[in-house]
Amino acid sequence: MSVPGPWYLVLAACLFGIGAAGLLVRRNILVMYMCIELMLNAVNLTFVTFSRMLNDVGGQDAVFFVLVVAAAEVVVGLGIIVAIYRRRSGATADDISSLKG
Amino acid sequence: MPVAVTALANASAWAVYAVGAALVIGGAAGVVLGRNPVHCALALVTTIFGIALLFINQGADFLAAVQIIVYAGAIVILFLFVIMLLGVDRKESREPEKFRALTPVAVVVGVVALAELLVLADVHYWATGSKETSGALNGPGTNVEKLGQSIFTGYLLPFEMTAALLVIAVVAAVVLVRRAQSGQRSQGAQRRAQAPPPGPVRRPDSGQAVTSGRAPVRQESRQSGAPQP
Repeated sequence: MSVPGPWYLVLAACLFGIGAAGLLVRRNILVMYMCIELMLNAVNLTFVTFSRMLNDVGGQDAVFFVLVVAAAEVVVGLGIIVAIYRRRSGATADDISSLKG
Repeated sequence: MPVAVTALANASAWAVYAVGAALVIGGAAGVVLGRNPVHCALALVTTIFGIALLFINQGADFLAAVQIIVYAGAIVILFLFVIMLLGVDRKESREPEKFRALTPVAVVVGVVALAELLVLADVHYWATGSKETSGALNGPGTNVEKLGQSIFTGYLLPFEMTAALLVIAVVAAVVLVRRAQSGQRSQGAQRRAQAPPPGPVRRPDSGQAVTSGRAPVRQESRQSGAPQP
């Protein structure tokens, strides 16, 4: 437990940046969802690190709730993706632009 | 002797951090750069294992276990299930980017941001702010004990709300997928009603042509047509 907290925070920031870049660059909707998961994991790592640095269990509570919300989000998002792919096969994020103004 | 033990624990903590960081960054790069979505999902598993390793290194044992169980055991399997179900495990088409000229700018900004982060990590004290009243992390009792005590006393109402949220998510997933499926089934029934009855009338070359395109539909119609006398 002797690795200082900022090392974890920098690693989490790098992971968040990689996830955000992937979300912007990729076109496959499923891979974009995986990049969102990367960003959620980065935030979880930050929460656990601050929980250790501040000697407070509240950060780990937050990670617990983030896990639950991530699970629910993935279930609903994959349901939406399945519904979209049933309507039109082989759609990427560029093809699904009906909501564009 | 305790000095040697402390040095060993210190070295092992750094080693675990290095391995976890390598897994995390490598897996994330695999998710972003992988062409095949199945490979991306497997790289996501690598990242999740690395995160769990870092959780253990920081004393969050319960969250590491939950991370493995929920993410690697449920969410990634769900991703793989949807990939296989939809058949989107083919390679992504790479069209020319619209903002190709801005790529060096993005790289420069990213490198500058990373340098700033490293400088801040070195010179700045990050963990500021007031603490919550949910309890100390260090002290008597195991990690699971303290986490459970905090969740089931101070955060009982949010915990109940997550239960409701999960039920709503399950219902939403069923509604989203089932509506499309019922429409498809009615289309399939119409197609079955319009199609000629399966039998020896079919020519062999047309059968071959059909199996290359939409084999599952034909198989389903044949299976459903089989019990008819």
